[in-house]
Amino acid sequence: MAQPILEVRNVSAAYGKIMAIKSISLTVFPGEIVTIIGANGAGKSTTLMTICSILRPTQGEIFYQGQPIHTLAADRLPAMGLSQAPEGRRIFPRLTVQENLEMGAFFRNDKPEIYRDIEWIFELFPVLRERRKQRGGTLSGGEQQMLAIGRALMARPKLLLLDEPSMGLAPLVVQLIFETIKDINRTAGTTILLVEQNANLALKLATRGYVLETGRIVMEDQAQALLENPEIRKAYLGE
Amino acid sequence: MTQEFKRIAKYWAMAMAWFYALLWPLMGITAQGLKFGPSLKIFGLVALGSAFCVVVWFLNQGGRLEWCKRPAQAVTRAVTGRVARAPRWLSLGLIVLAAFLLPFVASRYALDVAVNVLIYVCLGLGLNVVVGLCGLLDLGYIAFYGVGAYTYALLSVNFGMPFWLCLPLAGTFAAVAGCIIGYPTLRMRGDYLAIVTLGFGEIVRIVINNWMSMTNGPNGILGITPPTIWWPNFANGFTFELLLLKKLPQLYWIILGLAIFTIVAVYRLNYSRIGRAWEAIREDETAAELMGVNTFKLKLLSYAMGAVFGGLAGAFFAARMRFVSPGSFTFIESAMVLSMVVLGGLASIPGVIVGALALIALPEVFRGFEQYRMFAFGAAMVVMMLFRPKGLIPAARYGRRSEERH
Amino acid sequence: MDFFLQQCINGVTLGGFYALIALGYTMVFGIIQLINFAHGEIYATGGYVGIIFLSYLGGQGYVETHPWLCLAGAFTLALVYCAALAMAVEKIAYLPLRRASRLSMLLSALGMSIFLQNGLMLTQGVYDKTYPSVFKTGVLHFGNVTLSYMQMIIVGVTGLLLVGLNTLVFRTRIGKAMRATAQDKVMAALVGINANRIISITFAIGAMLAAAAGIMVGMYYGAVRYDMGFVPGVKAFSAAVLGGIGNITGAMLGGLIIGLVEIFAAAYISSEYKDVFAFIILIGVLYFMPTGIMGENVDDTRV
Repeated sequence: MAQPILEVRNVSAAYGKIMAIKSISLTVFPGEIVTIIGANGAGKSTTLMTICSILRPTQGEIFYQGQPIHTLAADRLPAMGLSQAPEGRRIFPRLTVQENLEMGAFFRNDKPEIYRDIEWIFELFPVLRERRKQRGGTLSGGEQQMLAIGRALMARPKLLLLDEPSMGLAPLVVQLIFETIKDINRTAGTTILLVEQNANLALKLATRGYVLETGRIVMEDQAQALLENPEIRKAYLGE
Repeated sequence: MTQEFKRIAKYWAMAMAWFYALLWPLMGITAQGLKFGPSLKIFGLVALGSAFCVVVWFLNQGGRLEWCKRPAQAVTRAVTGRVARAPRWLSLGLIVLAAFLLPFVASRYALDVAVNVLIYVCLGLGLNVVVGLCGLLDLGYIAFYGVGAYTYALLSVNFGMPFWLCLPLAGTFAAVAGCIIGYPTLRMRGDYLAIVTLGFGEIVRIVINNWMSMTNGPNGILGITPPTIWWPNFANGFTFELLLLKKLPQLYWIILGLAIFTIVAVYRLNYSRIGRAWEAIREDETAAELMGVNTFKLKLLSYAMGAVFGGLAGAFFAARMRFVSPGSFTFIESAMVLSMVVLGGLASIPGVIVGALALIALPEVFRGFEQYRMFAFGAAMVVMMLFRPKGLIPAARYGRRSEERH
Repeated sequence: MDFFLQQCINGVTLGGFYALIALGYTMVFGIIQLINFAHGEIYATGGYVGIIFLSYLGGQGYVETHPWLCLAGAFTLALVYCAALAMAVEKIAYLPLRRASRLSMLLSALGMSIFLQNGLMLTQGVYDKTYPSVFKTGVLHFGNVTLSYMQMIIVGVTGLLLVGLNTLVFRTRIGKAMRATAQDKVMAALVGINANRIISITFAIGAMLAAAAGIMVGMYYGAVRYDMGFVPGVKAFSAAVLGGIGNITGAMLGGLIIGLVEIFAAAYISSEYKDVFAFIILIGVLYFMPTGIMGENVDDTRV
């Protein structure tokens, strides 16, 4: 087994005064698509925000490519190859589409490459090219999600974190986005850690899955096994 | 351990270098050439002082100072324990008695300072109702002081009305001013409230300064009559004569009475339903609104009530000085009253009193350094916010507004 | 008509000053939601440092031989100095309080403002400091309208600075990072922007603009005073709010409007009450149109 690209060991983190995640441990290997599924408020976003050092873990450690990152400042991580398309997209509303993408590559110095990458993003999501001079806040939900993922990809990440990309989007758009994610994983080899409420889609896409319930990991298995697991089917797949 | 100290020492050295780079141009570059003397002197003092503080803090962090901290803590605990065990009415009564007897033992100078302290106690408590209880940052509070003072001044000089009649009128006018100022401003966001009240305070001052026909402008109003009372005169049978209360002890007792009235009033407000509602607004305005608290009316009420106390103090001020001018009602005065409330302890009555003492009496002790007063004052505000944001004597209950929890 | 034109010229000049100062307020509020009370004192310090350098150079005799070179030098040094001062103020009084309540930061800013103003008074004295008269240049006449060369230079420099800032904020990487941080601090961190560094840069740039205004005011009116920062500071903040807090273009526009209103009010209505008009505009805007003329630009994620 290769060295994991991400290792979360016994991490607990609080959101304000509420202990949102408790003693979480998970591992992600390079090239995988791993998903964390769970109900609303289970602590999925908290997990991603803690990995990205926006929240400090009250206990536990996080290792990225073998290096501890839980003590680093959040803004150091994109340069190390870790980027996130967070919950709610969080597009910079008054920056244009182009500028949002440029910000995704903020830490980079290679200007011509950056513009080549922007072109690549426009190939992935052609609708963004039409809107390149439009302010991010005026885009539709689906377009914003594409922009958020595109922006995260501008960092040329080795590990891409995605927080509920299907949230509030029409099924066709969701399908497009998930296909793009699979594509990126296949061609660029980007490891994906996907947090989703839509367990069905997530488990179909992923190789492995974790189930998060009120702040704790309650199950971990191959995605296919989780899909067939009767408890999971009852709780998350609407049976 | 030494690793940590080296890191701190490095930061300290950088900070000192930066400080000198900022200090020297102001002191050392003159038309006559470049001087290093005076700036180095100050730099030396600051460097030594800050080094001392850093070392003490570092030792404290490492737990090295327990040998002197523990006995000190034991002593303070013993003293406060004793004081807390005494019945409330006894300690309060003793304080009031001592305050009452002050004119008999204090020098004229000390009594003068005491009168000032008590005026600012009234002002501080009035502002406390607005800032501490209700959480509204008011930077123009001194305008109400001015309204009260000028009310009495004008009524006294133009109509010869007596002080005791004008006192409630001054309070009323101040309350009206509070409503006028409060009406547009209280709908605004918290940050804006500060600057708008500042603007209003300035408007009031500029109007007073320029309305020559009414207020005599920058020259002020002279010849205000001091408070008067009817006092029995046994000289030619039993008659009452009008006695001017312009002796310092008499004025002192009047302001003491006013201060006690303010303290009791604010205390009662603090522990009333209105006070509860104000605190709810302070803690989380949206939640309070949702629970049926009419936030706008209550904010206006707190504004007006705070203004009343300011107006009363203002009337007294006019009666005592017998002269008012716009120069006494500048923004700096507002800032000083605000600091008293903040440094003493928001929403804490003993805190405000201590704050007034600190800000009025303490500079008198350092009379020689008069010109450094405001300078030290500004620095003190920053330091307090960094290290003791709740004030010297924090109020028993004080949380954080939910909008500010980030 | 001539009188009207004259007031326009004077108003634009004054408006330029307010715009420069307002930009500092608006950028800082946009990025950390703080009314930087100390900003007015940075403006005053700029005026002072300019004259400090000039008087030294004058003492050495350089001002007589190369007046404009000396001025340029003093200008640059004052800008650098004020940037350093503003960054120091931010590190000491604002950075540690970023997680504390808004009230704490506001009061710290207030304390800093008083501290700086009195620091100026203690080190530079209570009396006005005059700018060398060698800079009193000639005037152009258009009928009854006078346009001094000084005014043209000031308007020119102000225009350059405003254009420069616009370019910086809207076309450079750092400028975009500044705007991104102002709009969503958490997301900015997630894309690798060091918020603290960007905030320091914001303070520095705002301070440089204010310092430039301070020097030009010193040259225009002939003197500086330790308390010259307070009233213009509040007016400039009004201008920032008028234009839409956080909005760069708004601050420029707001400054211009406030300057023109003040000059016209003083000329046509009343000159004693001219300061009041800026405050009235502030209160009016906040009551009727709180987001300002051009809309706000702050972090909407924390409601």
